[in-house]
Amino acid sequence: MRSPAFFPQADFSFHRARKTGTARFVLSVCLALGLSACSVPGPGGAPDGIHDPYEQTNRKNHELNRALDRGLVRPASKGYVTIVPDPVAESVSNFAANLSLPGTVVNNLLQGDLGGALQNTYRFAFNTVFGIGGLGDPASELGIAEVEADFGGTLHVWGVPEGAYVELPVLGPSTERDAAGRVVDLFTNPLTHALPKPEKYYGRAASVASKLRSRGRFSDTVDSVLYESADSYSQSRLIYLQNRRFELGGGDDDTYIDPYDDPYGELYDDPYSE
Amino acid sequence: MTRRNLLGGLMSGVALAAIPSGAWALSADGAKRLVDLIVADINKVIEAPTSEAAKIAEFEKIFVRYADVPTIARYALGVDARRASAAQINGFTRAFQVYVSRKYGRRFREFIGGRIEVQEARAVKNFHEVKTIAHLRGEAPFEVAFLVSDRSGRPKFFNIFIEGVNMLLTERTEIGSMLDRRRGDIDALIQDLQNIG
Repeated sequence: MRSPAFFPQADFSFHRARKTGTARFVLSVCLALGLSACSVPGPGGAPDGIHDPYEQTNRKNHELNRALDRGLVRPASKGYVTIVPDPVAESVSNFAANLSLPGTVVNNLLQGDLGGALQNTYRFAFNTVFGIGGLGDPASELGIAEVEADFGGTLHVWGVPEGAYVELPVLGPSTERDAAGRVVDLFTNPLTHALPKPEKYYGRAASVASKLRSRGRFSDTVDSVLYESADSYSQSRLIYLQNRRFELGGGDDDTYIDPYDDPYGELYDDPYSE
Repeated sequence: MTRRNLLGGLMSGVALAAIPSGAWALSADGAKRLVDLIVADINKVIEAPTSEAAKIAEFEKIFVRYADVPTIARYALGVDARRASAAQINGFTRAFQVYVSRKYGRRFREFIGGRIEVQEARAVKNFHEVKTIAHLRGEAPFEVAFLVSDRSGRPKFFNIFIEGVNMLLTERTEIGSMLDRRRGDIDALIQDLQNIG
């Protein structure tokens, strides 16, 4: 999943790579589905499409994430983009993105998106060979873009509801469904199982570096949300949810507000008024 | 964007502005022409080797020329707009315009070396959606959609969606939080908005 430019996320995956058996995988899917099934807003219970019953806990995590960003991630990202020449940093990011592709292909397939799976497989093969192990991205220049997919999206396709909004410690904004998806995605990439020990950590390190680069390059935008907005928690929540729903293709025309018919934005405030 | 395209765009903008616009006068093509003009102006600001302050000033001009600022501002103020006096609404609209220009104008630094391409337009509900693709250096292209209406009396855009994140809702949340912090004092909000950034 790409971190878009307008996206406040101190998004760090320090999850360890580990050996897993099938049983463990199945267990985590059950956990994921159980978790995702647990929270759906009642009628009229989600003004503006935001369902946030854990707001108190979420706000605590948000403060933790902000402190972590201010103290560690933000300075580290500034250092990274200042010290490392951009072509090098870009190659590292390409490398990380390329290594994550097999996991994306698994999710393409789970979502029944054969075309996406083929395109991503082709992209992976092309960049691995002609991009020298994925350091370059010649596929993008030929218009072979990544068809993004993750297990949170797979759950969406399978009909699992979004669940409540959650802000996870360290990982940042998410939903119950996406949080479950992240757990499963620790295991969906076949490369994590196929690669021998030192090599499998290269991808992880590159992925951390790639996130540092995004945080550094869009530093002002992220700063404006995290440190300059009146309520950075509600801004992050709104931006995450809108962007995520857009990514998942849920954005139909009904999400379009008409300020001429509804100048005060009240439509959502009183569902009983009509 | 060549100079000739730009000139052509400007001319069609003049023509566009001259059309007396009834409620349904705006076509999908008209909406697309408006966004063509906006994008031409934005691309020009991105390319120009000017200071950040100059870019912000340019962005404010673009915003005033092409956006339905009063409608956007009133929506951002939300239900509080109902209890505001006419003077407060006017004051807020002006302050909001300055605030938006600074907030979004400062983002132009990240767009340097990038460009925006207009795609297609289509009618949605009572307005038009014009999709564009933003190409930023070293980033996968992403979608920026403009919503255009002429219900203000002239064709103007009233909302922007950047990868699904829309300006109306984002700003209403932000302005709402600001008002909460000031215990609902609209005059204090107006004062502070002009000093942000």
